[in-house]
Amino acid sequence: MTRHVFLDHQSATPVYPEVFEVMKPYFTEHFGNASSLHQHGLRVRDALRTARQQIAALIHADSEEEIFFTSDGTESSNLAIKGAAYANERKGKHLVVSATEHPSVMNSVEFLEKQGWTCTRVGVTPSGLLRLKELEAAITPQTVIVAVHHVNHDIGTIQPMKEVGRICAAAGVPLYVDCEASAGWLPVDVKDWGAAMVSFSPHRFYGPKGVGVLYRNKRARIVSILHGGVQEGGRRAGTENIPAIVGGGKAAEMAIGRLTTRGEHTASLQRRLWEGLHSRVSFIKLNGPAPGPDRISTNLNLSTEFIEGEGQLLLCDLSGIAVASGSSCVSKSLKISHVLGAIGLDHALAQGNIIMTLGEGNTAEDIDYVIDSFSGIVTKLRAMSPMWDEFECGVIDSVIAPTGRGKSFSQHAAEVSGKASH
Amino acid sequence: MSETYTLYNPTVMDHFINPRNMGDLKDADGVGEVGAAACGDIMKISLRIKDGRIEDARFKTFGCGSAIASSSMATELIKGRTIAEALTFSNEEVVDALGGLPPVKIHCSVLAEEALKAALEDYVKRHPESASSITVAGQALTA
Repeated sequence: MTRHVFLDHQSATPVYPEVFEVMKPYFTEHFGNASSLHQHGLRVRDALRTARQQIAALIHADSEEEIFFTSDGTESSNLAIKGAAYANERKGKHLVVSATEHPSVMNSVEFLEKQGWTCTRVGVTPSGLLRLKELEAAITPQTVIVAVHHVNHDIGTIQPMKEVGRICAAAGVPLYVDCEASAGWLPVDVKDWGAAMVSFSPHRFYGPKGVGVLYRNKRARIVSILHGGVQEGGRRAGTENIPAIVGGGKAAEMAIGRLTTRGEHTASLQRRLWEGLHSRVSFIKLNGPAPGPDRISTNLNLSTEFIEGEGQLLLCDLSGIAVASGSSCVSKSLKISHVLGAIGLDHALAQGNIIMTLGEGNTAEDIDYVIDSFSGIVTKLRAMSPMWDEFECGVIDSVIAPTGRGKSFSQHAAEVSGKASH
Repeated sequence: MSETYTLYNPTVMDHFINPRNMGDLKDADGVGEVGAAACGDIMKISLRIKDGRIEDARFKTFGCGSAIASSSMATELIKGRTIAEALTFSNEEVVDALGGLPPVKIHCSVLAEEALKAALEDYVKRHPESASSITVAGQALTA
C-alpha cells in the first residue's frame, strides 16, 4: 500500500477530533442565529464570546471585543486593507505593503490603486526579509496603513515584526500583520508588535475552514466592506458561521499549549528533510532563509534545476505525497509566484519550484520516504528533460552550481521561444 | 484514501506517467526545439525521415504533465506520416487524441505542434533537395 504523506499544511490541516466534537452540537442542537434575542440566539452568543476569548488569548489581545470573525483569511485581509483605506481617506490615499504579501493583500491593493489610491511595495532581500530602511523611507504623511506579513506563505521567511512595529509607531501609521502562515505555529503578540490589525484563519492550525479572524485594536479605524445587518460590532455584516467559529476557538485554545512541541517537532523534520534532499538530489536549492530563527519550521521551498514543478507535484501525488508548487505551470495565470520573483529567483529555478509544509502528523519515517521518492522523481523527470541533456553537453549552465560552460537557461529559453512564440 | 483523483483525464495521465517515444534519435534527420513564451516550457522533437515519410520520432520536454503528455501523443500521431501530411499537423489533433486538455493547458499542445514543425523545418534546411518534392496544398515547398 502506498504511504500517504501530507506535506501541504500551508493549504489545510485536518480538524482535531477535540475540535470537531465541540463543533457538532452547533450544527444540529444549538442551531440558533446569534442575532436572535430568544434562548436559541442567546446560547450561541455565549459560544461566540467564548471563541472570541480563546482567539484573543492566542494573540495576546487585551479584549475579546477586538476580535472579529469573517469567512476566512482572505476576507480578513480585504477588510483590513480596504476597511482602513476607506476609513482614512481624508488623511491620505497612500498604502505601504511588503512585496511578498499574500495575493489577498496584493490584489486588494491593486483594486484600491484602480480607485485612486497609490501604494509603495517595499522590497525584500534574496532570503525574503523586508528591507527595513526602505520601509521607513516609503511611509509618507499620506500613508494610512502599512501591511507586513509575519511569515511568508511561500518561502517561510519570518519578518522582524518588533522592528517593523517600531518603525510604524514612530511614523504614527497603523500596522496590519497577516499571520495566516504563522498563527498557531509561532507566538503572535499584537501588543509586543504594536499591531493595529492582525488576521489569520484557524484551518491552518487544525481548526475548520469557513472562519477567519481579524483582530483590530480599538484605536484603529476601519469601515465595513460587507453591508447588511449589524453583526460583529457593525464591522462585518452576515450571519456568523457558529460551528466554525466554535471550532476555531477550540483550535486556538489547543494551539496555545502546543506551540513549543509543534515548533520542535517540525523543526527536526525540516532539518531531516532538507539535509536528506540536499544530499540525495543534485542541483537542488532551498529558497528563503536557512532553517533557523528566520524561517518557520514548517516550510521548505525548493527549486530543483532542469525540471518543472507541476510534473514533480503530480509524480509526488502519485507516490502519495501531497505538495504545492509556485511554478507558472501550476498557476492558472501561467505566472510564477510573485514571491519567487520578489526574491530575484532565476525564472528557470522558479519553474522547478516545490513547496513542502510540515505538520504535527508527519513522522521521521514519512520524511525518509519522501526523500527516497523525490530523488526518484527528479531522476525520472530529468531523463525526459531536454535541459538536463543540454546541461550535460555544456550547452547551458547550472544556476545553482555554475560550471562556467554554456549559456544561461534563460538565454536559451528566450532563444527557443523567440523562434516560435504564440 | 480509497479513491484516486487525477488532475487530468486518464489518457493524459497515462501519457504523462508512461510517455511514448521519450528520448533522442541518434542521427536524427531533423530536430526542433521550441519554448513557450507564455509559461517557460521547452519541447524538443527529433525525427527520422526516409523517402519523405516520418519513420520515427522522439521527444524531450521540460514542462508540466500536459506538456509531457502532448509531446508523447504528438510523436505517436506523426509516425508514419509523409512530410507534407506532417506539415498540416495541428495541435487540435493532439487535444482530441488526448481526450481534451484543460483550457489553460491548450498551449501545451500548440507547443507540440511547433516543435514538430521546427523539426520538419530543420529537415528541409538540411535536405534542400527534398523541398521541391514536398507539396502542401498543391504548392511545392521552398527551403
